[in-house]
Amino acid sequence: MKKTALNEVHRKQGGKMVDFGGWDMPVQYPAGTIAEHLAVRTAVGMFDVSHMGEIEIKGPQALALVQHLTSNDASKLADNQIQYTGLMTPNGCFVDDILVHRFGPDHYFLCVNASNSDKDFDWIQSHAAGFDAEVTNLSANYSQLAIQGPRALEVMQPLTDVDLSAITYYWFTTGHVDGVPAIIARTGYTGEDGIEIYFDPSESERMWNKIIEAGQPHGLIACGLAARNTLRLEAKMALYGHEIDDTTTAFEADLAWICKLGKGKFLGCDRLVEQKEQGLTRKLIGFEVTDKGIARDGYPAFIGDREVGRVTSGSPAPFLKKNIGLAYLPIEHTAIGTKFEIDVRGRRLAAEVVPTPFYKRSRQ
Amino acid sequence: MASYPDNLHYTKDHEWIRVEGDTGTIGITDFAQEQLGDVVHVQLPRTGEKFEAHVTFGEIESVKTFSELFTPASGEVVEINEALGDTPELVNSDPYGGGWMVKLKLSDTGEIDSLLNASEYEDFVESQKED
Repeated sequence: MKKTALNEVHRKQGGKMVDFGGWDMPVQYPAGTIAEHLAVRTAVGMFDVSHMGEIEIKGPQALALVQHLTSNDASKLADNQIQYTGLMTPNGCFVDDILVHRFGPDHYFLCVNASNSDKDFDWIQSHAAGFDAEVTNLSANYSQLAIQGPRALEVMQPLTDVDLSAITYYWFTTGHVDGVPAIIARTGYTGEDGIEIYFDPSESERMWNKIIEAGQPHGLIACGLAARNTLRLEAKMALYGHEIDDTTTAFEADLAWICKLGKGKFLGCDRLVEQKEQGLTRKLIGFEVTDKGIARDGYPAFIGDREVGRVTSGSPAPFLKKNIGLAYLPIEHTAIGTKFEIDVRGRRLAAEVVPTPFYKRSRQ
Repeated sequence: MASYPDNLHYTKDHEWIRVEGDTGTIGITDFAQEQLGDVVHVQLPRTGEKFEAHVTFGEIESVKTFSELFTPASGEVVEINEALGDTPELVNSDPYGGGWMVKLKLSDTGEIDSLLNASEYEDFVESQKED
C-alpha cells in the first residue's frame, strides 16, 4: 500500500488506518469523527492530503492544452488564481475533477484526486501530442496539508512570511511556512475557510508537529478521512467515484457552472451541447432522510414500487444533526420537496429532496 | 486500552451479556464501540419479540458504517434502552453501563456456559488484531 510521508506520525498519534484507494490513510484520530468535524466547523482542523496528485503543464501551449482537456474556462484565470474544473472524456463525463492553479500564461499546476493521479497523468499525456507543452507528474515532490476552519488563518499567520488575509478564496501565493518554501492556497474541501499548503515531503513531520503545536491554543485537532467526507458532503462537494465518474456528465452532476460551452472546442463539449439542447433525463439532488435511519452510498431510491435511482453519498451530518445524502433521480422527481423512499437494508425510509448545499458558511 | 469486566460473558460477535437471575442485559463491547467509531443510531427490537441465540436482533450505526447486533442467548425482550433513541453516543462513552441495549428473559440460562469469559474474549480480540 502507498504511504504518505506522515504515515508513522499518524500511527504514533493514534490514527485508525484504513486502505483508501490503495493508500494507507487515517480515517479518524482518537477524538473521533464527530469531534473532528465540529472542530473544523467551529475552530480549526488539519488533514494530511499528501496522497493527492500534482501534475504540471508548462510551455507556450500550456493554456491551449488545459483548455482542450477541461470544461471550465482557464483563459479567465489571472496569475496566482485557481479554478475548479472537470477533466473531461469525449462523452462529456469525468476523467476526474481537479484544481487548476495558474503560475503564469505558460505554467499551470493541477491538483488531482489521489486514486486518479496516474490515470489523469496518462490521460493528459496521451492528449498532449500536437501541443507545445510539457506534462510532468510531480506527485512525489509534494506533501500537502489542509488547515481548515474559521480559525485556520489565525493559526497559520504566525508561521508564514506572507499576508494570508491578502490571499482571497481560490487564489494562491508562494512563500515560506515555518521557513520551508511552500505553495499556499486559499482552498479546501470542507465548506470552511482555510488554506492548503504544498511543500517538500522531507519536511512533513516537522511541519505537521509545528502546526499541531501552533494550533492547540486555537482548538486545532488532527482530522481523518471520515470527517473530510462528512464535511464535504454537508457542503455538497462532489466526490469522484460517487457523484461523478466517467458515466456522469457535468450537467447531470449539477456542475453546469464549470461547463463554459462558449469558450471554444474542448473534449466532451459536443456531447454537453447536445445534452443541453435535449434536456437532462436525470440529475443529482440533495436529500434529507425524514425517518430515523441513515441512507448510505449505493442504496436504491424508490417512488412507489419503482426503483428510480441510487444514493451516491449518504451519511449523518454532524453539524446539521440530520441524516443527509446525494442521489441521482429522474429529472421529473428532482423538485425541492419531492418525497421518495430509500431502501435501507430491507427497510423503506422516507426521504425528501432539499436545497443544497446542506451547509453554507457565512462569509465576512 | 479497551476494558472487559470480569462479571460479564462475551461472544465472538463482540456482544456482552450480564446475567441476573433469568434476565440477561445485552450490549456491545468496548472493543466493538472503538471499532465502530461515533455511534449515531441504534435500531432495537420491540418488547415481547422472541429471539434464538446468535441471531440478529437489531442494528447499530456509526458515522462511517453500520453493524448488526446478535443475541448472545435466546429469550424474550422484556425491556429496551429507550435512552439510546436520543443519546446513542452512550454506547461509546459507557458501553457496559448506560450504553446497554436490551434485556432478555432468558429461555435457557445454561446457554451462557458456552460464552467466553473476560480473559478468553480479550485473547480472541488480540488474535483478531494480529490477522
